[in-house]
Amino acid sequence: MFFKDILAQAINAIKSQRLRAILIILAMSIGVASVNVLTALGESARRYIVHEFEALGTHLVIVLPGRTETTGGSPPLFGETPRDLTLEDAQAFLHSRHIAAIAPLTIGSAPVSFQGLERETNIFGSTYALRRVRHLTMAQGNFLPEEETTKARSVCVIGQTIRTQLFANKSALGQWLRINDRRFRVIGVLAAEGQSIGVDFDEMVIIPVEQAQALFDTRSLFRILVETLSKESMTKAVEDIKNIIKARHEGEDDITIITQDSVVNTFDKILTALTLAVASIASISLAVAGVLVMNVMLVSVTQRTAEIGLLKALGATKGQLHGLFLTEAALLSIAGALTGLLIGQIIITVLQVTYPSFPLQLPWWTLLSSLAVSLVTGLVFGLLPASKAARLNPVWALTKR
Amino acid sequence: MIELTHIHRYFQVGEQTVHALDNISLQIKKGEYVSVMGPSGSGKSTLLNVIALLDKPSSGRYLLNNRDVTQCSDDELAKIRRENLGFVFQFFHLIPRLTAAENIEMPMILAGLPVNERKRRVTQALASVSLQDRANHRPNQLSGGQLQRVAIARAMIMQPEVLLADEPTGNLDSKSGAEIIELLENLNQQGVTLIIITHDQSLGDRAPRKIRIVDGQLK
Ligand SMILES: Nc1ncnc2c1ncn2[C@@H]1O[C@H](COP(=O)(O)OP(=O)(O)OP(=O)(O)O)[C@@H](O)[C@H]1O
Ligand SMILES: [Mg+2]
Repeated sequence: MFFKDILAQAINAIKSQRLRAILIILAMSIGVASVNVLTALGESARRYIVHEFEALGTHLVIVLPGRTETTGGSPPLFGETPRDLTLEDAQAFLHSRHIAAIAPLTIGSAPVSFQGLERETNIFGSTYALRRVRHLTMAQGNFLPEEETTKARSVCVIGQTIRTQLFANKSALGQWLRINDRRFRVIGVLAAEGQSIGVDFDEMVIIPVEQAQALFDTRSLFRILVETLSKESMTKAVEDIKNIIKARHEGEDDITIITQDSVVNTFDKILTALTLAVASIASISLAVAGVLVMNVMLVSVTQRTAEIGLLKALGATKGQLHGLFLTEAALLSIAGALTGLLIGQIIITVLQVTYPSFPLQLPWWTLLSSLAVSLVTGLVFGLLPASKAARLNPVWALTKR
Repeated sequence: MIELTHIHRYFQVGEQTVHALDNISLQIKKGEYVSVMGPSGSGKSTLLNVIALLDKPSSGRYLLNNRDVTQCSDDELAKIRRENLGFVFQFFHLIPRLTAAENIEMPMILAGLPVNERKRRVTQALASVSLQDRANHRPNQLSGGQLQRVAIARAMIMQPEVLLADEPTGNLDSKSGAEIIELLENLNQQGVTLIIITHDQSLGDRAPRKIRIVDGQLK
């Protein structure tokens, strides 16, 4: 028996039972469509977040004071360690050949006011290098000046939200902004950034790091952002940082180093797992579709008992009967999968049009795997009905009409 | 060519054992025309099913063309049925969704004959049962006599040596029944071994060799 003939017979049998075919295809397509849409959502969320992280800077190393001994725990946010990270530590990093720029960071919260308008906001103390390290863009004016940090002046750079709230329609440049009881001249306004992982630069006031230390009366740094020369020099830079800190901290590298890579990788892993989990939940509907395939095929075998008996009398082998019924199940499943892909694509397109800012895309491997999975489902659940057909006693089957 | 020796066939129905074939020994030569008669429930169909390799005897030996077919596997039996045996049933057993031509083609599809050979033989077969103009009709568009002629064309399409018919006229009026018997006898004259089960005494008497079976035993 040729494969072409098996195919033709199977198609003929499917056509003769339209309602049955539509039911199976519907069930299968719902399963496939939900797997596809949910995977697309999960995968796009993963890509969106990973992309956000990478936008922070491609070869960024973050140095925090204190050491976390276990890999899972979160780094200590405040200087609970005996030795703080200081500006001098940050300066010393420049001795490494693998480091392109460093931006020390002090963070605090303080009231800022201008002509009677006042609000509480986050103050970032840093240097000229912060702009490069965090890829900040300016809307107006300049960023912190490039000069020896110790000679820093009382200037500040503000985010968009601060500008609109405190300066309304007036030009902010050149105005004196009061932070706590000190005055800072506004020399630049950041371009609107939107929320970027954890830090809202629009709500930010950036001042020179020494000024911030004086403002908050501290010598320690919140963290040091380091940009390495290249992705490849990342590990060497980390080594250098550890050695420099050891030399300066009486032989102990009591710091925690977070690389851009490791953060991105962690999120990547978590979100991939999440996507897979969601897809597996959706594939329960595929299993349900499989059970339906089995059910409907079993009914079909019962209805076609006489036909099966006849085929046996005409010399059909068990293998041929298996082939006929499995091909039917497989064809129905494939038709269901293709319909499901179409429905899924339509839903995804609608979502894309409705939420254009979210980069929703169906990964190609979902297409292939949902096709494969539904085919396998159809075959697995088609196996029982097919072998039931193949095992029928021909004499008994022929007495049915 | 058909050689049955001491064939028994028991059916277990609950506590009871039905002895449907009781020590049947029988030889049928190539080209013979045999009618099988007997009361209802005497074991005629069971005997035919054993000869047709659709049913296995409980004990005894069955040689078909000197080959002991009681030892064959299911797939070997399927192949022998396909190539050596043709069937005609009381209830026609055509596949309802297929046309007359497609029904006739089915054994050749199972045997894996090439398409053009199949088409050629189907055209010929339809002509030999005078149904050229019904090729694309489905079973529900044909009369009983026409259905049985399609079934005969299908039975003969693989050119088997043996044609087995279980009450082929049982569901037909006497006129189309007579046509069917004529068709079958024609095939017998061309050398096909013909075994017919019938309840109709006048039809049974037309066969040169008459077998009578009562309570599973030959009389
Ligand atoms: N599958 C079976 N299970 C149990 N008993 C069976 C089975 N097939 C046949 N029998 C019994 O075997 C006996 C012979 O049956 P068979 O069908 O061969 O009779 P028959 O001569 O063809 O009858 P009829 O003229 O009515 O067709 C009967 O008593 C029947 O009840
Ligand atoms: Mg009978």
